[in-house]
Amino acid sequence: MPRYLLSRLLQAALTTFGVMTIVFFVMRLSGDPVLLLVPEGATREHIETVRRELGFDQPIWRQYLTFLGGLLNLELGVSVVQRVPAWDILASRIPYTLALAGAALVVAVGLGVPAGIAMAIWRGRWFERPIAALVVTGQSMPTFLSGILMIMLFAVTLRWLPSSGVDGPASVVMPAIALGMLSMSTFARMARIAVVDELGKDYVRAGLARGLPLGKVVTRHVLRNAAIPVVTIAALETGNLLAGAIIVETVFAWPGIGQLAIQAIQSRDFLVVQAIVLFVSLVYVAVNLAADLLYAGIDPRIRLGKP
Amino acid sequence: MSLATNLRARLSRVPTSIIVMASLLGAFVLMALFAPLLAPFDPARQSLIQRLRPPGHTTAQGLTYLMGTDDLGRDLMSRVIHGARASMLVAVASVSVSLLIGSALGMLAGWRRGWVEMAIMRFVDIMLSIPAILLAVLAVAVVGPGFQTLILVLGLTRWPRYARVAYAQTLQVATLPYIRAAELAGARGPRLLLRHILPNIAGPLLVVATAEFGLMILFEASLSFLGLGIQPPTPSWGTILSAGRQYLERAWWLTAFPGACLFLLVLSVNVLGDWLRDHLDPRSRPRG
Repeated sequence: MPRYLLSRLLQAALTTFGVMTIVFFVMRLSGDPVLLLVPEGATREHIETVRRELGFDQPIWRQYLTFLGGLLNLELGVSVVQRVPAWDILASRIPYTLALAGAALVVAVGLGVPAGIAMAIWRGRWFERPIAALVVTGQSMPTFLSGILMIMLFAVTLRWLPSSGVDGPASVVMPAIALGMLSMSTFARMARIAVVDELGKDYVRAGLARGLPLGKVVTRHVLRNAAIPVVTIAALETGNLLAGAIIVETVFAWPGIGQLAIQAIQSRDFLVVQAIVLFVSLVYVAVNLAADLLYAGIDPRIRLGKP
Repeated sequence: MSLATNLRARLSRVPTSIIVMASLLGAFVLMALFAPLLAPFDPARQSLIQRLRPPGHTTAQGLTYLMGTDDLGRDLMSRVIHGARASMLVAVASVSVSLLIGSALGMLAGWRRGWVEMAIMRFVDIMLSIPAILLAVLAVAVVGPGFQTLILVLGLTRWPRYARVAYAQTLQVATLPYIRAAELAGARGPRLLLRHILPNIAGPLLVVATAEFGLMILFEASLSFLGLGIQPPTPSWGTILSAGRQYLERAWWLTAFPGACLFLLVLSVNVLGDWLRDHLDPRSRPRG
């Protein structure tokens, strides 16, 4: 275990470092990052002052080291628009996005996993078809479109739910469904494959041969074994949910980091955008690290490196 | 058996749903290719007196707007037809870019092993831990939106998926006897990869490409919806939907038509992609 733990931690550290490096270079894609950090129509003197103040007149390797050093001290820079640390702006929005992503994950797992199990058990029967149709619909519907359609139906026509903003727990319903739809399809597919895989194994035949009803074999044995790949997907999906929030939050005026990202781009507040990309990527790395370590704790085959 | 009967026999084994979806996709492709011929009006022509006309509205001059008009009095049907171009162009181009980069790097990593493999696959892991849409949003924000940016950004952020598949497949194929035989016969380097390995790993790469094609259409529409993709006045389903959002209560057609097109296009790509995968990967093939 210690060896696995160490190598997995090193890998996560390397990934974190890589993410920071990519973000550093993407910010410089336009040639002159200073132009991104000053208001539009700034004078030449003003641009040069900002360049010196923020160290953009230094050689690129020194800028890079300063950037990495700053991140290690959790310095994400100061918003040039609001004149407060980017992290403070981000922190006030994070709870909203976490609530939304959490609710979306509940939608995705709650609908997707049972749908996947049902498709696996009733494979090839007529009953699989409507579920499969639902799954492929979820996969083909852009989040903003399902968002708009729900607003048209439930907010504008039926007036059951608030169309946007945060006003009590009912507000999260539509954004969570819109955001969770795509992941729902992923969960359904993965759960289906995992259960189909397990159903073909000898212990299932043995159980059925002994006269156990299929339902009992599935609930007692198959689901437990099929759970691991499904939990892996849950960890991988957090990234998609956090990234998808950028669209859903814009449609529903949900005040999380996704809406913040778009607002920051519109007001040319690039350090805030950079902070959001770094934050989401690091959360993603951390969640996947946690998931991997969790399995290693549960399943000795993983930590011993055996198939 | 003649060629025609052979073809008929093969087609009869294809489920109807697949034929329907393939025709649908074909229709969208034709729509994109021949947009200027199919569109009844100039998609950019504005008319202040014909703003927000409902579908089927006929003007005093006898012109009919089949899908109605938008907030600037432009013919919606012409804009939707031209919008197919933006979707297709961005999706085809960005999938090609990422397929090319991803399969080249993946095959190289699987073939050369050692530090090349380490460096490439670590880079793949890193790229995959930044959600693509966020990286795309950051890059577009920095460089500025537009057609080329969109294609390059999507192409350069999505290649790691192909690289992973190409890598895993190359590892598998490289141990097969026929590769050893080809090597003994003198094939090496790029020739070996292109002539002997690539044809044998093309299937799985094609499956990834189909899934990605649907996703790229969604990404283009989403980024355009956010104002970070195709820029007005160039018609794109994403921008039309974004503009239509303000008129949800008054002009449903601005959402319904481009929305339906977007959904049907992605649906057809996804259904065809699933079918393709089922035929190449027996594990997920339905019984019977």
